Amino acid sequence: MEFRYLPMTETDKKEMLDKIGVSSTEELFSDIPQEVRLDRELNLKKPTSEYELKKELTEMASKNANLTEYRSFLGAGVYDHFIPSVVDHVISRQEFYTAYTPYQPEITQGELQAMFEFQTMISELTAMPVVNSSLYDGGTAVVEAVNLSVGQTKRKKVLVSAALHPEYRQLVETAANGQKLEIVEIDYKDGVTDLEQLEKELDENTAAVLVQYPNFFGQIEPLAKINELIKQQKKTMFVVSSNPLSLGYLTPPGEFGADIVVGDTQVFGIPAQFGGPHCGYFATTQKLMRKVPGRLVGQTVDQDGKRGFVLTLQTREQHIRREKATSNITSNQALNALASSVAMSALGKNGVKEMAKLNMQKARYTKQKLAEANLSAKFDGPFFNEFVVKLSKPVSVVNDELFEKGFIGGFDLGKVYPELENHMLIATTEIRSKEEIDAFVKEMRDING
Amino acid sequence: MAKENFPLIFERNKEGRTSFNLPPLDVPEVDLEAELGDEYVRKTDAALPEVSELELMRHYIGLSNRNFGILSGFYPLGSCTMKYNPVINEDIARLPGFSHIHPYQDPKTVQGALELMYDLQVHLEEITGMHEITLQPAAGSQGEWTALMMIKAFHEANGDHHRNEVIVPDSAHGTNPASAAVAGFKVVEVKSNEKGLVDVEDLKKVVNENTAALMLTNPNTLGLFETEILEMSEIVHNAGGKMYYDGANLNAIMGYTRPGDMGFDAVHLNLHKTFTGPHGGGGPGSGPIGVSEELAPFLPKPVVRENNGEYDLDYDLPQSIGMVKGYYGNFGINVRAYMYIRTMGPEGLKKVSEYAVLNANYIMRSLEGEYELPFTQHCKHEFVLSGNKQKKNGVKTLNIAKRLLDLGIHPPTVYFPLIVEEAIMVEPTETESKETLDGFIDAMLQIAEEAKTNPEIVQEAPQTTAVKRLDEATASRKPILRYVSEENN
Repeated sequence: MEFRYLPMTETDKKEMLDKIGVSSTEELFSDIPQEVRLDRELNLKKPTSEYELKKELTEMASKNANLTEYRSFLGAGVYDHFIPSVVDHVISRQEFYTAYTPYQPEITQGELQAMFEFQTMISELTAMPVVNSSLYDGGTAVVEAVNLSVGQTKRKKVLVSAALHPEYRQLVETAANGQKLEIVEIDYKDGVTDLEQLEKELDENTAAVLVQYPNFFGQIEPLAKINELIKQQKKTMFVVSSNPLSLGYLTPPGEFGADIVVGDTQVFGIPAQFGGPHCGYFATTQKLMRKVPGRLVGQTVDQDGKRGFVLTLQTREQHIRREKATSNITSNQALNALASSVAMSALGKNGVKEMAKLNMQKARYTKQKLAEANLSAKFDGPFFNEFVVKLSKPVSVVNDELFEKGFIGGFDLGKVYPELENHMLIATTEIRSKEEIDAFVKEMRDING
Repeated sequence: MAKENFPLIFERNKEGRTSFNLPPLDVPEVDLEAELGDEYVRKTDAALPEVSELELMRHYIGLSNRNFGILSGFYPLGSCTMKYNPVINEDIARLPGFSHIHPYQDPKTVQGALELMYDLQVHLEEITGMHEITLQPAAGSQGEWTALMMIKAFHEANGDHHRNEVIVPDSAHGTNPASAAVAGFKVVEVKSNEKGLVDVEDLKKVVNENTAALMLTNPNTLGLFETEILEMSEIVHNAGGKMYYDGANLNAIMGYTRPGDMGFDAVHLNLHKTFTGPHGGGGPGSGPIGVSEELAPFLPKPVVRENNGEYDLDYDLPQSIGMVKGYYGNFGINVRAYMYIRTMGPEGLKKVSEYAVLNANYIMRSLEGEYELPFTQHCKHEFVLSGNKQKKNGVKTLNIAKRLLDLGIHPPTVYFPLIVEEAIMVEPTETESKETLDGFIDAMLQIAEEAKTNPEIVQEAPQTTAVKRLDEATASRKPILRYVSEENN
């Protein structure tokens, strides 16, 4: 069997062994004790040719109902947005996708500058001055925000809105076990965080308050009021997880006094790809700059005074601080941050606002039409591109029928909110046409009729 | 090289340009501002750049030309396994059936994706010799943390609440102690001996009834196989601790030995290293973990299950540590790793390790005369030199690295591991040809010669790059972390 990724020839091998002074490669492995040696071949599928493998995986992929064939109204943290062709052409450049972390700034100015531009774009959207060069995803960014808050305030209690993405809340729970944190869930009322309960739970032991904007139900949290409450407790961190697309139109959390703003840039140029890789962002205040997790790119000059970019404030990081580091994060999500940067650059100042508005308009149309079909929205408050509807049947039953008609229906809220059994979370993005929405509403009416 | 600064995309901005066409507004328009109220409508637009599509492409292609990838040249960055990233894997990962599927679709509608995940798990179980694999962690450091959380849960389930210490070798990668700390453990260091291996006598001293786990890379960060691995496992296990394997260096041993056979209870893998990820400029990666049967009940949720050829996600895991990452891990990277494993098969993967080790030893023996080699036994897939000899002539390891830039080679990892002075850590990988290795050897020998006869040329490198050495001190003292336009400055 020939292996096209392995250039070694018998002649090469012989010359190299001679140089090393051994007669076989086996000698190079002689330090592995016999007791731990594998005395058989690995029991794996046999090597497969490029043609066969492409055929097999194409068939495997075709077993998945994909979002380009089905009309999807499913969101819940992962959205089906249009991705312009420029994105893939840029991230397919080998100089970007095969490189590693830019440890040698002289030959990685491209990556470093792209990250610096990413930081600037997210800073613009969130109205926060300090942004890192990305984290794994929105959920892990929330966890990092909790870690930072706990470290900064030396407090152990964290208040988490029940309208924060359920998976993000689970990630916080898992992480809290490592550090013995007290996580208190603040219920929702009328689709947004219950301010009365928040006020009651908020005390001098509270490290952070976590809310999502727009929240998991698509509703717009009253950040101004939440901030007022939080600011009564000195030091407590106001953490907002935010869909950055919505910030093209909504007042950014930075203008409501947030200390940390996090989220996922999947909405900009990153396909759903079964939940990952996506791309987390982490934005904060000048005051917390030296506590930020992950990599930061800063501007500087070279010996000749020419502008250049470097990884900076690295004394925060694990490879220097080891167990005293602010986080154990090593890699970021560079390629996906690049994809998002390209998408954001393509949109530009007006495009991002228009795209946010288009999402809101189409979602309102869907909501209106469903209401006319006797499927009224559960909550009345302002929302972004998602809303909750009560169905007459279990969501899974409705979704099965929708699927038969070529639709991927919304998220089954009853799975994570028992009180919302038979409630569907419906997302409408800019790519859903009026025709598709009308067809969806018709099916919903027929199924729930 | 042009003297001017390469413009930022914001400096290409011109009001009114765009490179995006949105679908039309084809529904009746409602008054959003009236609904939201003044307070929630942003007053100042986010100043994203306004550029045409050609300008956008020129900008990013210009940036790519100021970057160095594996196809640009040799990239022997130690501990990072910068092997060729097969292009077919990129094509397959972009098939709509893999890239455009939603994590909350009914499992019935994503059987192909679940099948791929399951089969990848099966393959990784065999490669590592572990009982069960989860693909959830996003990268190595998250894998470490996940496995440590499982070990913690295991000890607590046994009533061993006092086990709060994790032992880490002094040669370990910084993520090991950092992950242990984030998981709530106290970090205890174990020394290396004069052969560059863990000092087993010292290990005996630091192991006690509080030991939760020993974290180990094998081969270690010096590229050396820990020959006393079974004794170490026994010491840790006898004390009730668990053995944790950092899979950063798995590229050295595939098909020769397996972490499971060495006595490890938990393993993380770096699919972006060993299994051609790719690295993406610093992510996304993928850091699956494998565990023993004893630790399996604590795996994060959900687990992919197979039943008569049907695949499903199992969330009903009472002892699970919970979720560690949104959805099911970095699926897109896992598709690429699966392609690679299927391309290579068992004999291919063994050859990968054979040639990775042969290549590393070949370079090591070719350089050991001119450069100090602190540990002289055969190495595995990488080795560590010291720049001490050159330092005597005023040429530091950093200078050597920068000189390589002028010679068109990405430098090795430098100043790591910390236990070697002026460390130069070289990992050639198996995908490089002998000609490339010889080119690197010649370059390194040339630099060694220059260090003696013409040190300035090394000290003043690089001269041919887009920028020269950058002022990192000022960057850190007065951080500029975003662009501010002239008008607003």
